[in-house]
Amino acid sequence: MFHPHTQSDRDEMLGLVGAKSIEELFEAVPAEFRFPELNLPPQLTEMEVMDLLQDLSAGNETHRDLPMFLGAGAYHHFIPAAVDAIISRGEFLTAYTPYQPEISQGTLQAVFEFQSHVINLTGMDVSNASHYDGATAAAEAVNMARTVSRNKRKKAVISPGLHPHYRETINTYNQGDDFTIVGEDLAPDSTPEDLIALIDEDTAVVLVAYPDFFGRVYDLTELAEKTHQAGALLAVSVNPLALALFKSPGDFDADIVCGEGQPLGIPLSYGGPYLGLLATKDKYVRSIAGRLVGETIDVNGEPGYVLTLSTREQHIKRGRASSNICSNQGLMALAATVYISLLGKDGLREVANLNYQNAHYAARKISGIDGFELWTDGLFFNEFAVRCPLPVAELNERLLDAGIIGGYELGQNYPGMEDTMLVAVTEMNRKEDIDYLVEVLKEVAHG
Amino acid sequence: MGKKTIYDKSVPGRRGIRFPKPEVPETPLPDALLRADLPLPEVSENEVIRHFTKLSQLNHGVDIGFYPLGSCTMKYNPKVNEAAARLHGFSQIHPLQPEETVQGALHLMYQLQEHLAEIGGFAGVTLQPAAGAHGELTGILMVKKYHEVNGEPHRNKILVPDSAHGTNPATSAMSGFIVKEIPSDERGNVDLEALKAECDETLAGFMLTNPNTLGLFDENVCDIAAIVHQAGGLMYGDGANMNALLGIAKPGEFGVDIMHYNLHKTFSTPHGGGGPGSGPVGVVEKLVDFLPGPVVVMEQDDSGFDFPYYYFATPKHSIGRMKSFHGQFGVMVRAYTYILMHGPDGLREVGELAVLNANYLMHKLKGVYRLPYDRVCMHEFVLEGRWPEVEDIHALDISKRLMDFGFHPPTNYFPLIVREALMIEPTETETKETLDAFADAMLQIAEEAKTNPDLLHSAPHNTPIGRLDEVHAAKNLILCCGLPDSYSD
Repeated sequence: MFHPHTQSDRDEMLGLVGAKSIEELFEAVPAEFRFPELNLPPQLTEMEVMDLLQDLSAGNETHRDLPMFLGAGAYHHFIPAAVDAIISRGEFLTAYTPYQPEISQGTLQAVFEFQSHVINLTGMDVSNASHYDGATAAAEAVNMARTVSRNKRKKAVISPGLHPHYRETINTYNQGDDFTIVGEDLAPDSTPEDLIALIDEDTAVVLVAYPDFFGRVYDLTELAEKTHQAGALLAVSVNPLALALFKSPGDFDADIVCGEGQPLGIPLSYGGPYLGLLATKDKYVRSIAGRLVGETIDVNGEPGYVLTLSTREQHIKRGRASSNICSNQGLMALAATVYISLLGKDGLREVANLNYQNAHYAARKISGIDGFELWTDGLFFNEFAVRCPLPVAELNERLLDAGIIGGYELGQNYPGMEDTMLVAVTEMNRKEDIDYLVEVLKEVAHG
Repeated sequence: MGKKTIYDKSVPGRRGIRFPKPEVPETPLPDALLRADLPLPEVSENEVIRHFTKLSQLNHGVDIGFYPLGSCTMKYNPKVNEAAARLHGFSQIHPLQPEETVQGALHLMYQLQEHLAEIGGFAGVTLQPAAGAHGELTGILMVKKYHEVNGEPHRNKILVPDSAHGTNPATSAMSGFIVKEIPSDERGNVDLEALKAECDETLAGFMLTNPNTLGLFDENVCDIAAIVHQAGGLMYGDGANMNALLGIAKPGEFGVDIMHYNLHKTFSTPHGGGGPGSGPVGVVEKLVDFLPGPVVVMEQDDSGFDFPYYYFATPKHSIGRMKSFHGQFGVMVRAYTYILMHGPDGLREVGELAVLNANYLMHKLKGVYRLPYDRVCMHEFVLEGRWPEVEDIHALDISKRLMDFGFHPPTNYFPLIVREALMIEPTETETKETLDAFADAMLQIAEEAKTNPDLLHSAPHNTPIGRLDEVHAAKNLILCCGLPDSYSD
């Protein structure tokens, strides 16, 4: 379809190869399995394919069709046009991993700037060139802490406030192993201090979310202190947008930062591709997984960039590598780099503040309705949990009837919270949408 | 002393974008926990666009020229895939929306699961893995769980050929397995005797890339599968080289139990400077219950009148979740588009012409460059980048010199079993003229290696920057931009 071969090309090429037909080139494939029938739909033209896909895409309700108050790890934010303009450029889009630095300086410098943005946001010293997503970055943070302890420490303390998908992913990665994960059975409303009792000399890592799954922002100073006293590492899973307003994990002396970079200029796109963040302190640079770009010089002393410390990675270390990661989320890292560069210091603060303002307005309004009560106490960013007078599953059906996609039903992951909804409010939820939500909630509860 | 970064272009007070003022009554920010400082650049939109446009111009990509990076399948990425992924109905939906509001997306995922299963000859497919290596991890964790559920947790050994990608042993080790390497024989196949010797009651599985990383279809694949299955092990197929087999053979039929696909290779989704990839995993019937959850299932009543309804379900013995949400959906849309654009005959043509292009190029080069395994190749082949009579010329020198001709070099130093390896994968989307021009450049370089080796040692000459010092980077680690003098809180 996208191949250019004419019949005379084929004939000439087969002639040089010394084969009578293309089929002859496949004689190493056992004859009984050669050229099977493929039961697939027939070939379509671009015109027909786009028509079909338009129809399929129209079978989905987008956040333009329905106001949406769903977050839970993926957030609807405004993406400036410049982001897509840059990541659509074929020079970035159709290149691969910059193994050959002399013809990959564009990708390399962009990654170097991505690393810088992540470092400056998180307060860490080193960032890798990206991981798959927030869940796999969290699993990699645990893996990394195990490596730092030379696999001597056999326990991870993980907050119940870490995204349920991240906790599930960490469990998947560590199954059937002699590594224990504790903390899951703590109450959802437990605080970072409640984790302290679980930390001991066998703990490799303490992993918390900031903000946590319920939107809460905590002071992690004491947790960091107690974690370090036990000789363990503190890993913090972040929403990077919240870091535009709140103290960075580095301010609390965290050792590893992981997180989901999707809020930084990446569309919701039904859950991916997103952007895993992984950063750490200088002293753990040799234990971090994934690619790193460093500055160097060429033969003439001109500055340039290369992939560095590759000896950590699977293509060199093979069975002794601590992680198997190869492809990363390069293009998504580029999107985040352009987004952060464009918004800059003030723009990022401004959009974070809009999230904070809209979410707090919504929280006040909703908790003001009879029967609704704010579950999230204390400081939160752009998401909060609220107890409702009826099960969230039922409430969400009623909201959908009224043309609203409601919040996340926490009972799906936290037994006993079937009546508690996690509501996300970003800069994209305008005041009229919030007021409409409040109206409908009033009607549903009391109408 | 470094290059001018976006930070160096920062001027206090500049803005790239404005946002509306808050419309809601203001809530004061708390005093505690606010950060003092946010050291990010301040740049106008024009400056940002110029900065990144100029950076892009320093890159080589498939859109610019030939990119025969072996094992990476750098074929042309159709633009229609990009248009499809950007349709609002796909790009502007939330992964946790009620299923009834995303039936279009679920239909697409279900169809893609089915199509991939058909292409690979499998009974079930998960779309969740984020990349090839992540698919391997998924597969190997399934091997582990399968043996556990079958009461054989003592099976703790994974075998990999010595030609395997580094991710294979890394994945196995990461999953807690003991890894043993099996040598290749003189035809580039897995050494059957060595394999038999390792197939004991501790065998969990064997990871086979076929065609292998020499670009050769293992002629004993049926024997290998029989030996591994006889010993109670599972056959893992690394689908990195699936481009050679589209419509040619189904791995699920020749004995592979589990295989990951690389949508960014075989199904032509763009590599994006390093990713995103996508690594769906297909399995035979007995492993369907072990797939990571959730997978998309379809329900249709018998009347045939109602539309089918799609929803997520988690298989009975699922190894669990491999990442958040459902996988790299945007990449799935592109791959699905690619499959529709080809149909069954078009896909077979991809496989056939990828192999024809590789064999053609191999024949043009093999007299001048040593071809250690001289057989009909599949979609790629591996040459030696050295000549006994020429001292001190390495594969790397040849690669750097190729850049002067406007070509991306082949993969260097892999597979490890070939000295000074140059691994060349032309793909089916390249014209005969491009292959001829590349062959001419390679032949000229071979000549230069003998007559003017310094030309190779000092290459590249026509690139934006000269040969870079990787040792210097590792010894003097600089991993982030300095802040400009003008930076203030």
